[in-house]
Amino acid sequence: MSNLGRRKFLLYGSAGLATSMLLKSCASNDTASTTDSETDDATPVADTGGDGIKVGILHSLSGTMAISETTVVDAEMLAIDEINAVGGVLGKQIIPVKEDGASDWPTFAEKATKLIDQDKVVTIFGCWTSASRKAVLPVFESKQHMLWYPVQYEGQECSNNVFYTGATPNQQIEPAVDWLLENKGKDFFLVGSDYVFPRTANNIIKEQLKAKGGNTVGEDYLPLGDTEVTAIITKIRAALPDGGVIFNSLNGDSNVSFFKQMQGAGLDPDKYPVMSVSIAEEEVRTIGQEYLQGHYAAWNYFQTVESPQNDQFVAAFKAKYGEDRVTNDPMEAAYIMVYLWKQAVEAAGTTDIEAVRKAAVGQEFDAPEGKVKMFPNHHISKTVRIGQVRDDGLFDIVSSTDGPVAPLPWNQYVPDTKGYACDWTDPAKGGKYKVEAT
Amino acid sequence: MSVLIEGLFNGISIGSVLLIAALGLAIVFGLMGVINLAHGELMMLGAYTTFVVQDVFKPLGEPWFSFYIIVAIPVAFIITAIAGLILEKGVIRFLYGRPLETLLATWGVSLILRQFVRSVDWLLVIGIAVFCLFFFGGMTILKRRPDWGRIRNLVIAVLLPISLGLAVITGFFLNKIPVLTKAWFSARNVDVTAPAWLRGGLKIFGFQMPYARLFIIVLTIVCLLGVYWFLNRSTWGLKIRAVTQNREMSSCLGIPTATVDALTFALGSGLAGVAGCAVSLLGSVGPNTGQSYIVDTFMVVVVGGVGNLLGTIVAALGIGILNYLIGSGTLALMFSSTESLKPLVDVLLFFATSSMAKVMVFVLIISFLQIKPAGLFPQKGRTAEL
Repeated sequence: MSNLGRRKFLLYGSAGLATSMLLKSCASNDTASTTDSETDDATPVADTGGDGIKVGILHSLSGTMAISETTVVDAEMLAIDEINAVGGVLGKQIIPVKEDGASDWPTFAEKATKLIDQDKVVTIFGCWTSASRKAVLPVFESKQHMLWYPVQYEGQECSNNVFYTGATPNQQIEPAVDWLLENKGKDFFLVGSDYVFPRTANNIIKEQLKAKGGNTVGEDYLPLGDTEVTAIITKIRAALPDGGVIFNSLNGDSNVSFFKQMQGAGLDPDKYPVMSVSIAEEEVRTIGQEYLQGHYAAWNYFQTVESPQNDQFVAAFKAKYGEDRVTNDPMEAAYIMVYLWKQAVEAAGTTDIEAVRKAAVGQEFDAPEGKVKMFPNHHISKTVRIGQVRDDGLFDIVSSTDGPVAPLPWNQYVPDTKGYACDWTDPAKGGKYKVEAT
Repeated sequence: MSVLIEGLFNGISIGSVLLIAALGLAIVFGLMGVINLAHGELMMLGAYTTFVVQDVFKPLGEPWFSFYIIVAIPVAFIITAIAGLILEKGVIRFLYGRPLETLLATWGVSLILRQFVRSVDWLLVIGIAVFCLFFFGGMTILKRRPDWGRIRNLVIAVLLPISLGLAVITGFFLNKIPVLTKAWFSARNVDVTAPAWLRGGLKIFGFQMPYARLFIIVLTIVCLLGVYWFLNRSTWGLKIRAVTQNREMSSCLGIPTATVDALTFALGSGLAGVAGCAVSLLGSVGPNTGQSYIVDTFMVVVVGGVGNLLGTIVAALGIGILNYLIGSGTLALMFSSTESLKPLVDVLLFFATSSMAKVMVFVLIISFLQIKPAGLFPQKGRTAEL
């Protein structure tokens, strides 16, 4: 008899706990909506007759990727608020519609369909991982819609329906390899997580080293999220007994283990400098700058870039989200893509997707990283910078290209795509055409 | 020579991480037969405890800060042991002898714990405290009534909505205070920095033994000795062993089996906390930390043989050394001098990357379990259930 009671108690107890969790999540939703309404108050929609322009924001607000993607959402919201504060686009306010991709790729496709069909948004800003972008691509292509994608990626893609404001390999990885060859040595060890981006990136690096007289002395891949790197460290020491360059495209938690155990094994940045392509200001804070100090990262933007535009961006970001927040490359790319879209809409004079798509090419913007320009291949030109981690967790910029580097989505070191380019302004050329040797 | 010593040291250090993570599970799963999928999350709680202790010690400055890890270990043990106790009293004890339900329930618990550290803030804690105060407080008071057995269900039906309502109302009123709604940890990983004396390494034979690894090896040995002493030399250990061997008979002889179960589970959970503290020296600390260890720990316990500490030790070290030798290519190097073994060397070289080494180790484990399904040291005699 008492056993039954206990079971009931268990039932009630767990129901109670579950409900409190549910209520908690409702409570946090409340706070979120409060901030939204605050921004609405600051920028009265009623002035424009309540007629706003709806744009979609599609990122993971929950799950593994939420840590990174919410920061990008913050940057996009900052840009939208700034634009709304000075009168919006075409005299109308921008109304962001947020959807949660939940770090799950089919969910991304589902939510993209919902934003397009149900909310009738005029464009979507979204995605982080290549996997999520590949998942939504068919949706955008079949509906002839428009996606703005803010993250550095492995290239080898060029869609008419996507505008890419992150770096292609020739705007991040290749200049980083060149810089290392010039300043740090010719022997490279490649470390990466075992999925598409590091594997593609490392193939590019190997081809590039072959072409420029460097050596790949070894490469190793760690399963995503794995934390045991002892074997890799042994291999690095065996392959580079006198020191050499380590090129790191590990992702997420593995980075923490890698740098902690590198230091424990006595591989210091003087002899074994590590160049990372997925560690920015946010990541430095979670890994701990003690472990990273002296190592390098290649990006288009660092918080320490010196320009009036950047000072203003960093100040506005900190004013909105708090002094302890930092800005990084994907956030900056997300911020500028909203502005580029706004300029394209103003140039087109309408929010019609085809007109905006045509008008977007050629748009220039004075971004925090420097001048950027949208190219006919739907990627933007970007300045490339190499930063070294300093003791406050930010980066010392040790090298930077003279001006913006033009984007090349099809990689010129990989045999399959060598000689190909992309041009959406000329219907005869399209997403992938062979460049005539001149 | 130095290659051999380095291989052995690295293998043992990988093995010791596996062992310390699996030790708690060896007790919970091995001795009690509870499939606890929340074991990884208990490790995560231990790692977060380390983070909190670190933050408490930070303002004290040197030399105190250097020793935070020494304090963090017992604190992590106590916190996770308490968490384990609540888990046992609240969920597991209703599910003894029903492995499938236990599996699902503990998986649910692991999800709840992961989400808990992501979203915990003062508001949530206050809400839960208010709920517990009214619900369990009310129950305790009303339990004194003579007609308790009769009104029990009614009391629950009344108290549950009242306490829930009060918790929600409190939350609603405090919602506007930003200090209370700021998440303690958020979904972001937190940064646990080893004290300076654990960051370098000891140089011998041309390679460097990281102090953090040496520390973990020592910690594992201490935990092993502690567990061995507790199980074999203390009264409670005797009771635990008696209950594992024959529950009914122990109960007849007056051993409080329910208390013994709770204690055993708390011990296993506490050890998970210590393991969490240890792995925070090597890897990241975030809500998903436990996930990277849970499969490995079950693997160790299953290979070692359920209910056998020695088996767990041998299995952890064996898997660690094998993983290292294959993954680093040392094994391929050892055979490369003999010409006739060329095909074998080629195969080994193919598996000599970190992700392929895992594949190889899993294949070896599966084939091993085909030959010896009950693990290295299976239980024998009448106590064996198989």
